[in-house]
Amino acid sequence: MKKKDLPQDESKLSDFTREILYVKDENGKYQKELSSGWDVKSDALKFAWDEVERRVEDAKKEILAGRKSPVFYFMELNLMDIQTLSSYTGFWGFSVKRHLKPFFFRRLGTKKLEIYARVFKITVDELIRFNGINKKL
Amino acid sequence: MELIKNFDHIQTAHCENGVAVSLLKFHGLDFMTEPLVFGLGVGLFYIHIPFMKINNGPAISFRTIPGEIFRRSSKALGIKITRKKFSNPIVARDFLNAKLAEGVPVGCQVGVFHLAYFPKEYRFHFNAHNIIVYGKKEGGYLISDPVMETVTVLSEDQLEDVRFARGPLAPKGHLYFPENVPPPDNNQLRKAVAVALKKNAWWMSQVPVPFIGSSGFKFTANYIRKWPRKIGLKNSSLFLGQIVRMQEEIGTGGGGFRFIYAAFLEKAAEILQDDRLIALSEKITLSGDLLRSSAVNMAAVYKGRNTEQKYFDEIADGFDEIAALEKETFLKLYKMKF
Repeated sequence: MKKKDLPQDESKLSDFTREILYVKDENGKYQKELSSGWDVKSDALKFAWDEVERRVEDAKKEILAGRKSPVFYFMELNLMDIQTLSSYTGFWGFSVKRHLKPFFFRRLGTKKLEIYARVFKITVDELIRFNGINKKL
Repeated sequence: MELIKNFDHIQTAHCENGVAVSLLKFHGLDFMTEPLVFGLGVGLFYIHIPFMKINNGPAISFRTIPGEIFRRSSKALGIKITRKKFSNPIVARDFLNAKLAEGVPVGCQVGVFHLAYFPKEYRFHFNAHNIIVYGKKEGGYLISDPVMETVTVLSEDQLEDVRFARGPLAPKGHLYFPENVPPPDNNQLRKAVAVALKKNAWWMSQVPVPFIGSSGFKFTANYIRKWPRKIGLKNSSLFLGQIVRMQEEIGTGGGGFRFIYAAFLEKAAEILQDDRLIALSEKITLSGDLLRSSAVNMAAVYKGRNTEQKYFDEIADGFDEIAALEKETFLKLYKMKF
């Protein structure tokens, strides 16, 4: 890439930092140059977040319909999957999978609820009270 | 308050290169630059792991395994690196404090999801980010993050959170620092560069597995062609978006890596006094440019402008072109004698 082709588009990085890219200067030698962002990348990132939001909305509907437990919603809100959540909580994957169902979630003891609440950085109350309608935390 | 003197924050394109450059420079290797570390670390790579998903998308990487760049580049220069992982966060914290008290800046592997100073949009569950801790004051630890323009601060708890992030590639408090760095030696450097070139050429052109090295691009191209029919437009757009993020985001930029490697080839030509490498550098630059233009094509798909099969074919053809170009280039490099 040539130095003059380096994009300087607006991006989510603008208040944070600029990033370095290696570009060729007029003499065809490589050098470091700062870029504020590139639209193609920003769009890819935005697209990924739209998908996350869609999954979170879907999770809300599942809870309203009584098919999933609040753990499912907070798992999606924290961009986790069962493997990651199992690693953070220390529970086996199959247990986590069960806790996503309201039937098993209702039978969880305080200790396990506290672990979930700590991982999601919320209170136990917020976790068990969540019914799919409360505003997004 | 403990502050390590003479520590310079150096911004780089990729976090692991940056940590390596900063730490080696601190220990007296002033000639270190990002392309040199990346090249000596045999960093350029391509792999598309089938049957595996990352963040619900294809598992593609444009560089070698996290940690390998620093390991190989320091090994090539005869530098020993001490690495430590911990199961107990308190022990981990004490060890870090002791090292800082000795005046040694320490590299840390951290997870990005809880990293307080990162913009929210970039905080995915990615656990192989690297930062340097170079001191401590009342408010917390002094942090030099190589992808940032300036240094920053993390409180004790914040640092512990990211050092003990969980999930795939969990860092487990992983920290590392070079020990007994020998003074720079030109002969050794020349040898190391020649070996590193050969190794990288081997990885990119000789591995007899279809999804590793330059043939991996062809492997991905075949997938891309089939996606619209097999998984539908919605999912294929998501997958393409994932490829672009893998390719261009901070810390993982695939197109960016091609340019860094091209810069390394330019430097290697200077070190080895060999003009043949300049021509190869041009080729890798071209490959980086092709990756960037294919990213533009992919963006047109996930933005919903071009959604027909022929556009997928176009992207796939672009990847085939890159496969052919890199295969030819690295085969040439593999056969070179220095």
